Amino acid sequence: MLKQFGFLGVHAIIALSVPLLGIVAAWLLRPKKPYPLKKTTYECGMETIGDTWVQFKAQYYLFALIFVLFDVEAVFLFPWAVAYNKLTLFGLVEGILFVLILFAGLIYAWKRNALEWQ
Amino acid sequence: MTITLPSISLLPYLPEIVLLITALLVLVIDTFAGEKRWLVWLALLGTIVAGVTTWSLSLGPTLYLQDMLAADPYALFIDMVVLIITAISLLLAYDWLNSHAHQQGEYVALLLFSAVGMMTMGAATNVITIFVALEILSLSLYVLTGFARERLTSGEAALKYFLLGAFASAFFLYGVALLYGATGHFDLVGIGKNMAGTGLMAAAGVALLLVGFSFKVALAPFHMWTPDVYQGAPTSVTAFMSVGAKAAGFAAFLRFFHVALAGSYATWGPALAALAVLTMTWGNLAALNQESVKRMLAYSSIAHAGYALVGLAAGNALGMSGLLFYLLAYAFMNLGAFGVIIMLEKKGSGDLSMSALRGTAREHPLLAATMAVFMFSLAGVPPLAGFFGKFYVFGAAVKANMTWLAIVGIINSAISAYYYLRVSVLMYMVEPDENTTDVATNNRPVLAFALLVALVFVIGIGLWPGIWMQMAQQAAALLG
Repeated sequence: MLKQFGFLGVHAIIALSVPLLGIVAAWLLRPKKPYPLKKTTYECGMETIGDTWVQFKAQYYLFALIFVLFDVEAVFLFPWAVAYNKLTLFGLVEGILFVLILFAGLIYAWKRNALEWQ
Repeated sequence: MTITLPSISLLPYLPEIVLLITALLVLVIDTFAGEKRWLVWLALLGTIVAGVTTWSLSLGPTLYLQDMLAADPYALFIDMVVLIITAISLLLAYDWLNSHAHQQGEYVALLLFSAVGMMTMGAATNVITIFVALEILSLSLYVLTGFARERLTSGEAALKYFLLGAFASAFFLYGVALLYGATGHFDLVGIGKNMAGTGLMAAAGVALLLVGFSFKVALAPFHMWTPDVYQGAPTSVTAFMSVGAKAAGFAAFLRFFHVALAGSYATWGPALAALAVLTMTWGNLAALNQESVKRMLAYSSIAHAGYALVGLAAGNALGMSGLLFYLLAYAFMNLGAFGVIIMLEKKGSGDLSMSALRGTAREHPLLAATMAVFMFSLAGVPPLAGFFGKFYVFGAAVKANMTWLAIVGIINSAISAYYYLRVSVLMYMVEPDENTTDVATNNRPVLAFALLVALVFVIGIGLWPGIWMQMAQQAAALLG
């Protein structure tokens, strides 16, 4: 058991060393010509005016949430639809129940104005 | 390709399904209904139907849903406890909800969802099911905690509870992963059978699982969230989670301990005993000097988790049934105590200070007497429910040759008597403040009824403990 986890450890070490090797090699090989302009946030473009840590209005989060919900619903429904002919009545009822529960959620979201852009 | 459907028998899960359907109905009806007052009654009806279903479903001990859940007397007992807690919590929330009408449906639905999680936890025979149930119960509670949106403390409590709870869930999952790595099983029986000779990895897994459980039932030193969350949350939510989450957490904890760790009791029994001592002492000492009644009861609930853990640490049959009895008794007395707070707290403050209790007995003699009964019961004064709860778990410790643990428990009960009796002293023996604002205790029949139910049970369990203990003993038959 522990040996198998040992392989995982070796794998992790190799996986880590590949990007590290690249970074270190680039650091060794590249020419070094530092000057102050290189340390600025943007080498070209405007300096920011004021604090950049301002709040953005993320009112689309509701849409994103509802989208994820119904997207996942579709993921579950595809295999169900493909295997539809081979499922018994039980499978059919289960699928309908699943959709009904999500439908209740849709009604709820709709009536709570989650679908309106505010 | 042929598809073989797994044999899915949902019948034993019917009580939970009834609650789920009720919750969904409440959510949908809430969006259409103008009068929201009866949503609580609809939820109560659903709870009662679920209770009747639980009672009449005598399917015999059986595993179902690919052995993920068990329908054994133990699960049924936890179901009943959770349903009783849910019903009383709904009644306790009734008045508060009427002043928060726009959120009524969500509150009721989340409460029911949380109850479904609690019931599932009692039935779960697989660490993954335990985890899913734990999340169902916790996620609903996080939201409920932040429900008093007009108070900042409520939001603060919700955020703290959520962050720390997510952290605890991560500990739990890591423990599950390590246990799976060590034993190759997710189900408790399989883990128990393959525990022998697994060494450090399984031990680390169990320890991480203990952290997860300890957080949920508020055992020291994983209790830091409790006072803030209990104080900030709306009092009706505090009442619900202080007893519900505790009952469900201990339910899964007990099953895990007695099924998966049955063979390694020698290692983990002393660890639990140490946790129990730490929890009892820490909770009681911190409760001594609290100025908020809710905060005092939060520390008291930590101490009670410690007492209940004594029954688990004893590791024998008496400890098991004693713990179940304790959960039932604690549910009634704590719901009652929080109910009195709801009755006395000023509208919109969401809290009650000790000094506001001064001389309340003069204006509200019945309420003061009720509070005194709950306080005596929490302190463990015979012949009330709390006394017999402690009697059984401490008795189990003595039986398991851990007399020292029982003695620590009794000393702690003596310490706790100070702050419980302080409430009664303030209510009865101190002159009322001049500027005590009058609180609306009249005309709240629903709340009064909930208090009456809790009171009847606290006294009833105390007068006839044998009946309830017999039920607990029958329920202590675990199905692996």
